[in-house]
Amino acid sequence: MASTSTTVSSMTTAIVDANRRNARDTRADGLFRRVVAGAGVFVLITLAGAALSMLWGGREAFLTFGPGFLWSTEWDAVNHTFGALVPIYGTLVTALIAMVIAVPVSFGIALFLTEVAPNWLRGPVAAAIELLAGIPSIIYGMWGLFVFVPLMGAHVTPWLNDHLGKWPLIGPLFSGPPLGIGMLTAGIVLAIMVIPFISSVMREVFLTVPTRLKESAYALGSTTWEVVWDIVLPYTRSAVIGGIFLGLGRALGETMAVTFVLGNAHRLSASLLEPGNSIAATIANEFTEADSDIYRSSLIALGFLLFIVTFVVLALAKLMLNRLSRQEGAK
Amino acid sequence: MSDVSDRLYRRRRLVNGFNLVASGLCAAFGLFWLVWILWTTLAHGIAAMKPGLFTQMTPPPGSDGGLANALFGSLVMSVLAILIGTPIGIAAGTYLAEFARKKPLGEAIRFVNDILLSAPSIVLGLFVYTLVVRQMGHFSGLAGGIALALIVLPVVVRTTDEMLQLVPSQMREAALSLGIPQWKVTLQVLYRSALPGIVTGILLALARISGETAPLLFTALNNQYWTHDLTSPMASVPVVIFQYAMSPYESWQSLAWAGAFVVTVFVLLLSVLSRAILLRNKVSHD
Repeated sequence: MASTSTTVSSMTTAIVDANRRNARDTRADGLFRRVVAGAGVFVLITLAGAALSMLWGGREAFLTFGPGFLWSTEWDAVNHTFGALVPIYGTLVTALIAMVIAVPVSFGIALFLTEVAPNWLRGPVAAAIELLAGIPSIIYGMWGLFVFVPLMGAHVTPWLNDHLGKWPLIGPLFSGPPLGIGMLTAGIVLAIMVIPFISSVMREVFLTVPTRLKESAYALGSTTWEVVWDIVLPYTRSAVIGGIFLGLGRALGETMAVTFVLGNAHRLSASLLEPGNSIAATIANEFTEADSDIYRSSLIALGFLLFIVTFVVLALAKLMLNRLSRQEGAK
Repeated sequence: MSDVSDRLYRRRRLVNGFNLVASGLCAAFGLFWLVWILWTTLAHGIAAMKPGLFTQMTPPPGSDGGLANALFGSLVMSVLAILIGTPIGIAAGTYLAEFARKKPLGEAIRFVNDILLSAPSIVLGLFVYTLVVRQMGHFSGLAGGIALALIVLPVVVRTTDEMLQLVPSQMREAALSLGIPQWKVTLQVLYRSALPGIVTGILLALARISGETAPLLFTALNNQYWTHDLTSPMASVPVVIFQYAMSPYESWQSLAWAGAFVVTVFVLLLSVLSRAILLRNKVSHD
């Protein structure tokens, strides 16, 4: 009788212990969950905080200059009048040049790495191209300034002047002093920088095309090019556009490389060979020298504009990329 | 009739051949720039190498010196960034992979994180400027570290999320069925399995911030002297490179090349190392 009661009491303690441990575990789990969820929400807050803090920092400029801030070309630190058109124009034009060069080249690289190159060559070439993405942008800038700019100034710019410069319509784009620095140089450097991003997205999505689909086309007598152009590309269209937008987002926001080779000139000019400015380069060059509140505020306002534009471009990129994976998942 | 189809066939073959050759040229075009840029950095950098580089301070214009204070500043701010960014990043990645896989909040965080991953770094610098520098009233190494941490964060979130999703769900179920609480399962089972991937992510983040210039320009600013005071402006290799490369002095430009060389070698070593970790892990899994 006595032994039974001890068993019962030890069982009760065991149950109580277990219950207590259960409660403790539940509490710890709840805490754990709250901590990691908090960290997750922190990511959201960071982005929102970045946007709001720049809107706040730039409010003085927005209030003083009104919407005219967007299309005024004046950038005068002495008289405290600032307009964003020159940097906006420079950002858009350099990014556009970069995309005109980078998109076809990236497509070519992706095609080479998925359909053309022998298997043993694919890994090393892909790794080397991705290495290009790892090189810090300041290295691109230095290389651009010390190696590429003199070359552009001595050979490429004069040649463009002599040949394309006399053409109707596009002539004004390619006539200008043989400085080497300028929009065209910046665009080319940007193109080199975004090629690895675009080509690696394209390569990855090209590999998701079902082999059955490609083989069917081959069986009908298609050439490799026809398979890529008529089967692979339409199948992956949205993701390919997403990859291009990803590269565009990078090109718009790139700072250091552009700062080195763009020339920091607040002047609107039709020629691609003239020095110009971009939003990011303006901020990098002038922020620490900004000596008045309105000057600093104008620069932060520029940052806000850049942030909004890249946000929209990158969001579109993400949506486009998600579309293919959803389509993949639906099967 | 056969003449027409013959001509068509030949034209298709020609177009095909032309485009495939062009694709090879595109790959060669990409590699060409890689080799050129690396070659320039190596050639100029090795020529500018000297023993004093790691022991002497950054010099005033025209005189001789090294990059010791800049290297130290970069080290301090990078370590600070990793210390801040990694725990938050791993926790947020854990939330995404373990608690919010198909939930709207999780999708929103993933979306925002991917945007942060490609957001212009200069914008993050402006953010930290208004958040930290303005409040403190002066530039500081601490602000620089925080700005870099914001670049580390999305990289770590992304890799942690992906690596945890790769852990087979049987492992979670087996551990949970033993009555182990979820936090213990995550810390002692899942993290152990995902560790190589997470470490790779941290190394990649380190590679990214060690060459990052734009967010430091107006957070840490620069400093001509050695300092380990986090509340004072701090030199970093990229900012010194920027300042010296843009200068007209030859001795400064040569130091900039030396700095560029050190940064490039460091970044390339990190990327090779992280690749090696991933590869070894893949082999041992198979």
